[in-house]
Amino acid sequence: MRPALEEIVGRANALYEDLDFGAVTDWKRRNPGRKAIGYMPIYVPREIVHAAGMLPVGIVGGSDRLEIIRGDAYFQSYICHIPRSTIELALSGRLDSLDGMLFPSICDVIRNLSGMWKLLFPDRYVRYIDVPQNFDARVGGEFWRREIEALRDDLVVLGGEPITDDALNKSIAVYNENRRALIDLYKARSEQPWVFPTPELYVVMRAGNVLPPDEHTAMIRAYLDEAPREDREDKDHSRIVIVGTFCEQPPLGLLRTLERAGCWIVGDDLLLGNRWIETEIPTEGKPMENLSQAFIEHSTATASRYDAERAKGESLIQSVRDNEAEGVIFCAPSFCDPALLDQPMLVNALDREGISHTQFKYSEDTGQFGVIHEQAGTFSDSIRLWSEV
Amino acid sequence: MEIAVGIDLGSTTTKAVILNEKNELLGRGITNSRSNYDVACSIARDEAFIRARFALTGGFLGTDWETSETRNAVLDELERRFRMQQHLEQVSRLREELHHAAEAPRHAEYRSGLNDALDTILDSMVKNAPALYDTGVERKSDFFRDLASAEYMDLANKISDPKGIDFETLCGVYDAAILDVENTASDLSFDANITAALEETLAASHLNLEGDADKLRNAVVQARDAELYERGTVGTGYGRQRLPFPKEQIRSEILCHGLGAHYMFPNTATVLDIGGQDTKAIQVDSKGIVTSFQMNDRCAAGCGRYLGYIADEMNLALHELGPLAQKATTKVKISSTCTVFAGAELRDRLAAGQRREDILGGLHRAIILRAMSLLARSGGVEEEFTFTGGVARNPAATQALRDLVEENYGNKTINISPDSIYTGAIGAALFAAQGTEAPAQEVSA
Amino acid sequence: MTNPKQPSSPGTIAEVRKEESMNLQKQMIGGHYQALERAPKEGRKVVYTFVPGNLTELIRSFDLLPVLPEINALQSGMRKLSGGYIAEAEKSGHSEDVCTYVKCDIGMMKKGNISPTGTKIPDPDLLLLSYTGCFTFMKWFELLREEYGCPVAMLHVPYQADGTIHAHHRDYIVEQIKTELIPKLEQVSGQKYDEDRLKESLKLSAEAEDDFVHVIESAKNVPSPIDAYFGGVFYIGPMFTAFRGTPEGVEYYKTLCAEIDERVRLGLGPITPDGEMTEERFRLVVEGPPNWTSFREFWKMFYEEGAVFVASSYTKVGGLYDRGFRHDPEHPLETLADYCMGCYTNLGLPSRIELLQDYINEYKADGFMINSVKSCNSFSAGQLLILRQIEERTGVPGGFIESDLVDPRYFSAANIKNRIESYLQMLEQRRKTGVAS
Repeated sequence: MRPALEEIVGRANALYEDLDFGAVTDWKRRNPGRKAIGYMPIYVPREIVHAAGMLPVGIVGGSDRLEIIRGDAYFQSYICHIPRSTIELALSGRLDSLDGMLFPSICDVIRNLSGMWKLLFPDRYVRYIDVPQNFDARVGGEFWRREIEALRDDLVVLGGEPITDDALNKSIAVYNENRRALIDLYKARSEQPWVFPTPELYVVMRAGNVLPPDEHTAMIRAYLDEAPREDREDKDHSRIVIVGTFCEQPPLGLLRTLERAGCWIVGDDLLLGNRWIETEIPTEGKPMENLSQAFIEHSTATASRYDAERAKGESLIQSVRDNEAEGVIFCAPSFCDPALLDQPMLVNALDREGISHTQFKYSEDTGQFGVIHEQAGTFSDSIRLWSEV
Repeated sequence: MEIAVGIDLGSTTTKAVILNEKNELLGRGITNSRSNYDVACSIARDEAFIRARFALTGGFLGTDWETSETRNAVLDELERRFRMQQHLEQVSRLREELHHAAEAPRHAEYRSGLNDALDTILDSMVKNAPALYDTGVERKSDFFRDLASAEYMDLANKISDPKGIDFETLCGVYDAAILDVENTASDLSFDANITAALEETLAASHLNLEGDADKLRNAVVQARDAELYERGTVGTGYGRQRLPFPKEQIRSEILCHGLGAHYMFPNTATVLDIGGQDTKAIQVDSKGIVTSFQMNDRCAAGCGRYLGYIADEMNLALHELGPLAQKATTKVKISSTCTVFAGAELRDRLAAGQRREDILGGLHRAIILRAMSLLARSGGVEEEFTFTGGVARNPAATQALRDLVEENYGNKTINISPDSIYTGAIGAALFAAQGTEAPAQEVSA
Repeated sequence: MTNPKQPSSPGTIAEVRKEESMNLQKQMIGGHYQALERAPKEGRKVVYTFVPGNLTELIRSFDLLPVLPEINALQSGMRKLSGGYIAEAEKSGHSEDVCTYVKCDIGMMKKGNISPTGTKIPDPDLLLLSYTGCFTFMKWFELLREEYGCPVAMLHVPYQADGTIHAHHRDYIVEQIKTELIPKLEQVSGQKYDEDRLKESLKLSAEAEDDFVHVIESAKNVPSPIDAYFGGVFYIGPMFTAFRGTPEGVEYYKTLCAEIDERVRLGLGPITPDGEMTEERFRLVVEGPPNWTSFREFWKMFYEEGAVFVASSYTKVGGLYDRGFRHDPEHPLETLADYCMGCYTNLGLPSRIELLQDYINEYKADGFMINSVKSCNSFSAGQLLILRQIEERTGVPGGFIESDLVDPRYFSAANIKNRIESYLQMLEQRRKTGVAS
């Protein structure tokens, strides 16, 4: 690997592997007196945290490198893995750099985790954020504006400084840049997945969980410049979209396994919150209204979001079409209610369109991929054989 | 003499203990309970009574016997002779059952040959018995089945003839016969076997007992005739519902383990028991009364059975796992303690070239991690901490436990008794000693 | 054992008696299923909706008939039908990991939607997705929407993370009722929204709610005349389902109140399937829903040991009436909003713990038990922390058992009995030795 690319990917990997969130501690050292606020999947308006002069920090569990010692004491065996590792991170002091934690509504487990947090860490700021399921601007929009204004007001108190509309608009602009860079990255991967392998794209995207957004945008841009200079060849792989990875993240080994098994991932819902709003948000006028409106009108489709308008699977099928994918892999965390309950409906939608699919479950600490390799390999082969017929 | 009896009907073994009036351990017994619970229960109980009478014999011999060394040597001789009597009794039961099994119609053609072969084998077994129980000989097992099977198979192998009475035939009759020997109680009691043992002991020239013959004879007779009045019997354990006891005489194994651990280590505050079927984390107060407990959920992940499964997968004996795991040099993180997935993960890892020792190291840590979460659920690890159950005999598991306790709860005294398998039965006996209505304060170790 | 009054044989049984209220409830439920069966013929429309945050008064004010799929599922569980239904759903691609109420309902639908009483349940004309205290509800009705192709009215109820109802939360619900629910209810029923009729119904609700509270609080008596968990699930029946705001509902609770007052007067214990409990040995508070597939067996594990549940959180999933909430006819939509938000599973963990702690104190409980069900993360996620917090705050030891709602594969009787026995023996031991509690 060329040194310039090596540096970017190496840094992103190091950030990914750092379970102590050193980047956050560094940021706080460089910005004395400023606060860092953690947030869980899927979506929170990070713009508001940023405008408060704080660092939003994405917390998505502990991956396969964290040994769970305390976390299992809080969860029964039939509950997914992400809350265990998240509690483990916190109880082991790894999240001590966070001054607060936001829990957006996504499922009952993360919802209840917000209350557990209050009980376990009574001196830290904790807010549950009720993301609306009504997408009427006058109803859900109005509610959401008031909900995020309450968040803003909390952060004013926590930070001890006012949050001006001007600051909010600037932050919106910063995140617009970040989203645009991510969209470009996804587009580039879709065109040349061998140039932007998903395990690499993932860690570069994931760096945004701990880096300030402008720094992260610069990293994505640099990666977009450098990756194509590497001598990488296309392979006879099939093109697939993966679904179900919006909350608990698959281990990197799983993404690598899929590629090794002959699948180019050309669409996914990894770290979906970073790409939740599908357009630019206006940077002028009333920022809270703009944020609210963007949510109401331009939210992405996913299992934990109610969609009264579109038929189930419509946006998945669109993603398959847009990315010229040949199949879908349902890849959901064990015990993930939203993803697993969504799946039969998406399966039906794909069947109606004649789109191939396969499915398996993972946990963030899955350590063995032999079966998945075989399954994905067979799936990939079958797609290609099918396309030759 | 008043005694209290505790019986722990576990999933793999059945234990019985007897306490005297001072709640001192007088006798104990253990047996495999794979066959019939009633039989297992009575075998363990009988064994405990035999041990109790040996303990009494020792007591009656008194302290005036020359030196304690001599005294112990005599008692050892007496017991070995006694065990040999029991062994011979069972060999003779085996002989009956083997000939009975040979009566089956399918053996008609060669029955007389078969009976001759069986007698040859059994005569050898009788002849070999003294050597098995000679001074200083370590027996591979305390269970007749284990001893007899090894010897029988060895002899059968030698005398079998592929063209005549073949090995399969000899095995076939044995399998049927040994079950009957196990499932019907032979008269192995102290009473029935001690007289012959006593005479042999007295005759043993190396002990020079001529002058003290009466003393020994008296002690044995006194012990044999001592009336052991059962103040109470309490049953516990996984199979306790099957004990033919009224409800008042049954206690949950959680309570018994708490009290038993307190008996063995009076400063115990936290107990961890990892048995074959389940794992229990128990907190007790200063009197051994349970204040909180947690058990593993419905899946048996992380219990002793999991290790048994792993041993089978790796073609190892259960007791070999721990020492091998201690040779691990690289830390392997095992994510699945699920028995169903463990085999697949194991094969995957072996296929990926990981060392057996390292994988085993990871597995032991994974099991203890499960236990750690149960401990945390029950209220943590307090000073002192007592570890019991079959897995407590596994050195890799205990090491992993020491490490994790140290990391998470600081330096704590960790008690592991080689007799921890009797913890539940001791607790039950203590409950029996209290009587069903008496307040628990009266209990003390 | 022969003398039922002998104190050393707790939980012995006097006689098996059927109470009038029980028959009344049976008739009401039977009548409702029959009305549902006749509905298509009679041109009546049917609305499916959920128990927590159910808007029965509003639905009824449009002459619509409510169907509650959770109730169908739990009834299927009690009648040993759920195992087959779940298998049917899993065969059609549903994961083993997810909620068994959903799978039971889907399996039942695939097998012709025959109600547990044998009547045919009509297809929904509207799915009223009262999205209260459970995220799975949304997926459930999305799945039904796929099957039936009928309209859905979504009512998103914000969570009470900090235990207070915020103005914008209430406004949000009222706005949704006005702009989403009422128009769809009007469309389906062909009737205009009639606020006076709604108010009338809410008045009846409040009346029955007073009596209902009287019933559940009767467990403060020693001995308790009721079992507030296993018996409680019957007492909440009409209130939490199709009969709130109806004259039959009012009548039922009047009858029930009279029966229970009489039991208190006579100093009687609760009625169990085997008759009357004669000795109350343990008073317990319980968190979590019961298991339905082995309901009687489960109950028996307690009553045969003389353990009675004096308060439960499960009987609050349809509202916390005992903490003062009443439907208020003067503010019909606001009161519906507050009702939805106040249901137990819509409360944050700190509020849930406070409630349970209060119950332990108010009802003089000796013990606290959690039945953790695999299906319901809304209840279950965080229960182990609840257990620890309750133990720390009250000094009352907690017991923890695991089962499921309607999946018979997740009820391991031997394992559960072992835990219950151990737990009760521990309570007994502590009591004898005077360990603090």
